[in-house]
This record gives sequence, structure tokens and C-alpha cells, in this order.
Amino acid sequence: MNKIPSALQLGIRRGTLEIKQFMRQRESVVFTLLFPVILLAIFGSVFKDTIAPGVTFSQYFVAGMIASGLVNTGFQALAIMIPVERDFGTLKRLRGTPMPASSYFIGKTILVLVSTVIQILLLLGFGLLFFGLNLPSDPAKWFTFAWLVVLGSACSTALGIAFSIVPKSGRGASAVVSPIVIILQFFSGVFFVFTQLPSWMQQVAAIFPLKWLTQGMRSVFLPDTFAGQEVAKSWETEKTLVILLVWLAIGIFFSVRKFKWDRA
Amino acid sequence: MSLIEVKGLKKSYGDVHAVRGVDLEIAPGEIFSLLGPNGAGKTTTVEILEGFRTRDAGSVSVLGFDPQTRGHESRIWRNRIGIVLQNSADAGDLTVLETINHFSGYYSNPRNVEEVVHSVGLIEKQDALIRNLSGGQRRRLDVALGIIGSPELLFLDEPTTGFDPEARRAFWALIQQLRTDGTTILLTTHYLDEAEALADRVAVINKGVIIEVSTPAELGGRATSQATVQWRDGDAIKSEKSDNPTAFVAHLSSTFGGEVPELIVSRPSLEDIYLEMIGGAHE
Repeated sequence: MNKIPSALQLGIRRGTLEIKQFMRQRESVVFTLLFPVILLAIFGSVFKDTIAPGVTFSQYFVAGMIASGLVNTGFQALAIMIPVERDFGTLKRLRGTPMPASSYFIGKTILVLVSTVIQILLLLGFGLLFFGLNLPSDPAKWFTFAWLVVLGSACSTALGIAFSIVPKSGRGASAVVSPIVIILQFFSGVFFVFTQLPSWMQQVAAIFPLKWLTQGMRSVFLPDTFAGQEVAKSWETEKTLVILLVWLAIGIFFSVRKFKWDRA
Repeated sequence: MSLIEVKGLKKSYGDVHAVRGVDLEIAPGEIFSLLGPNGAGKTTTVEILEGFRTRDAGSVSVLGFDPQTRGHESRIWRNRIGIVLQNSADAGDLTVLETINHFSGYYSNPRNVEEVVHSVGLIEKQDALIRNLSGGQRRRLDVALGIIGSPELLFLDEPTTGFDPEARRAFWALIQQLRTDGTTILLTTHYLDEAEALADRVAVINKGVIIEVSTPAELGGRATSQATVQWRDGDAIKSEKSDNPTAFVAHLSSTFGGEVPELIVSRPSLEDIYLEMIGGAHE
């Protein structure tokens, strides 16, 4: 008798399959990967002003779009996709095999990470070509960028899996999940300059990860002189790290404890 | 030793007592069929055996393992069983071959993928996307995924719903081949002819209890019940119930001086017996 494959091996196997499936769904590819680029094209063409010396709105907006891309490809995509898989019986079938839950979660994490990276590359490429985007030259900024992407997408994945128990059906999932994401985007300074929002909105946004991700991305893409114009007069990098870790822990806790394989 | 052993199994959902003390023993290598109307406790019983639900009382052993156990032990157990569920309809963006191949990776000793594709009759469709399969073809894919891990025990839940008669015959042949290969099968079905064609033993469950366990031929005293002899006499179709149909037919034959016109000798079908049993239990 051979040994049954390890959870990690099966997780990688699932990840490969998830990516293959994802790439074959044209709507999801277009919507998830190109939508941020389309938004950048629209906002970049409408708002041509500079919001601070040497900071164009496009530059500000790209930081916000990368942050909200982490929420779209992770939280939003999974919280909609998993209830559909539950309705179809896909999850129950998997539950009946020797594949452990952790492999399923690893597979989703791989899917999110890969689609996030593709989305970011598209945004940056498009921004460079058409909207005069400036990329940071300081390696420390790229380091911040890297951990923000990894931690942000881990957090977003875990919260997406956790939130997948909320929609009652696959068909209704989008109606439950999308408004939450869109409202968070408005509150968190993705579409508008954060400091221009009413302070109650800023305070609500500060509870959730997206605000911290957008601020973190601004610390990467905007000059350090801009930090003085943030609400706290600083990039608050350590605070961002802590808040994202707390949300990651919350996401993992509910994913592991409350995940539902079956509609019943 | 029994492959499945259930004693005093109970399960309630709030005030609804779905399973009220079920005992079952299933031997290695047999096809055992669980029959019962909707709401009889059939699905609950099977899902407890499959480890999808927990029980309130009683003891359950499947391949010497309590299906309620979680963790690594449960993976080793799942490696030895196969489950074909009702109504699975995966998002169909993968081909038949890709899907079976992927699932084969979950098990320690998977069957050969090409062999499985062949045995469920999907060779011509192996490169088709699942979304383009017919209902019957999807069902055969479900079975392929159930048997890919070379299970010792296979759960089959309503496997031929929506099949045309030809597909059903082909499917039965596949199941019989699995038994020949030594797989034990627990079959739940609405089709009595299917249970009769496949099962070594059947159990009838109603209102959460097992009413009878027997071979299909003997269920409800079927083997010893009166036979009905029917024939044509002039313009009229006549029939008579008899404990000694052979003698009765011989008598008829001598009356007609040879051939009896349109002669039929029948015993109650499994369906007749079954309906009587669950009807009786309703009173």
C-alpha cells in the first residue's frame, strides 16, 4: 500500500486545477483581471489634476486599485465562488475523498495569489504606458510592496473563505458580497482622496483591512513627503502590519471552525 | 466479519425523528440495497455511514472505523471508500479526463485512469468539457470519480436517475463487474427493478426503522406467495390465484387439449411487495 499524498502536495495539485478552471471562464478572467485596468482608464482620463506637488490622481488611484485588487481577487471572488461550489455539490464530493480541507484552502490561496500577481502586472504595465505612472526606485519600498501583497492577499483569501458561509445560495452570493466591497472601496479612499472623506467614513474604514492596504500602497507609490498629508501624518506601517495580521487570524479562525461543505 | 455494522442508530432533527433505531449488517463483497420512500430515513442513514452526518445514538462501524472520527485517521478511511452522490453538477470547465486524472491524485492506490474511463463508457467523451455532457454521461463520470480510488466499499445513491433503458443496462453491467472485482456496494435506489437486478440483499426502511432485510426474491414472503395464472377463454381474459400453479396449468392444458391461449404465470413483483410493505407501515 502506498502512502496517501500529503496535504501540501494535494494543495498544490488543487491550486493548479483552480487556475486552469479560472482561465477557462472568460467572464471571470475579464472581470477580475481587466476590470481594475478599465477603472484606471476611466478615472485616469476624468481626473487629470495633481493632488500634491508631483502626485497625479492616477498615481494615487493606482495605489488604491492595487489594494482593492487584493480584496477583489481574494475576498470578493472566493465569497462568491465558494457558495456556488457548495450549491453544485462540488464541495460535498470533495469532502467524500481523502483530500483534506487544508488542501482545498491551499488551492484557493494559490489561485488568489496567481490572479493577484497577474492583475497587478496588468495595472502597473497599463499605468506606465498610458498614465505616466512612476515606479519607486527605493528597494525598501519594493520590500514593503512585497509583504503588503503577500499578507494582504493571505488576509483577503482567509476572509473570503470565512465569509463564504454567509450567502445562503450561490445565486445570491454576488448580491451579498459585492455591495460590501464597493462600499469599502468608497470608504477606504480608493476612488477619492481619503483625507477628503467625512471623518466618520474614515473611522468606519479604519476598522477594515482595505483602508490599511490602500494607505500601505500609497507609502509605496507616493513620495514620502506625502505621508504628512495622511490623516495620522504618517504611513503608519507598523500599525498596518498589526491590523492585517489580526484580520488574517480572524479569517483563518472562522475558515477552519465554521466552513460548510454542504448546503444542508 | 461484517464490512458495515450498525446497531441502534438514531438521529433526530429537532422534533423530527428521522432514524429511530436502525440495525444493519453488510457482508464483504455483497451488493446491498436500501429501499424506502422519501423521508423514510434512508438518506440520513447513508450519510451517517458516509461520515457526512453525526449520529445521536447507537454504534456504527464501516470498514472497522467510526465514520464520525475526524483527522488523519479519517483520511486513511476515506482512501478506502468511494461515494457517488445524488445531484452533483460541478462547474464544467474541465474535461472528463482532466477531472478523473485530478481525483486519482487524491488516493494512494488509484485505478488506471484510462481503464476507468473505458469501464464507464466515456472513451469517446474523454476530451469533452463536463458542461457538454448529457445527464447520463455526467452520472457515469460521477461513478468514475467514485471508483477511481479502487474503493473496498462503494456508496451509490440513486445512480441511474434520468437514464434511458439502454444506458441503465450498461450501467448495471458495470456495477456487476465491480462486484466481481470484489467491491462491496451499498445501493440506494427508487427503482425496484434495479434493486432486483443488482442486489444480493435488500432492506426496506420506513419511518426511521428497518421493516425487513431479505433477498429480493424472498422479500415480504414473495417466493411463497400465491401465483397468478392468467389465460384467454374465448373473448374473456381470466385469472386465478393458486398455491400450486404447475398443477393448475396442467389442468388448464388438458381442458384446452394442449396450448393454453395467452398463458401468463406471475408472482407479485418486488414493487408490488414493496408498496404493500410501506403502505402497510403507513397505517
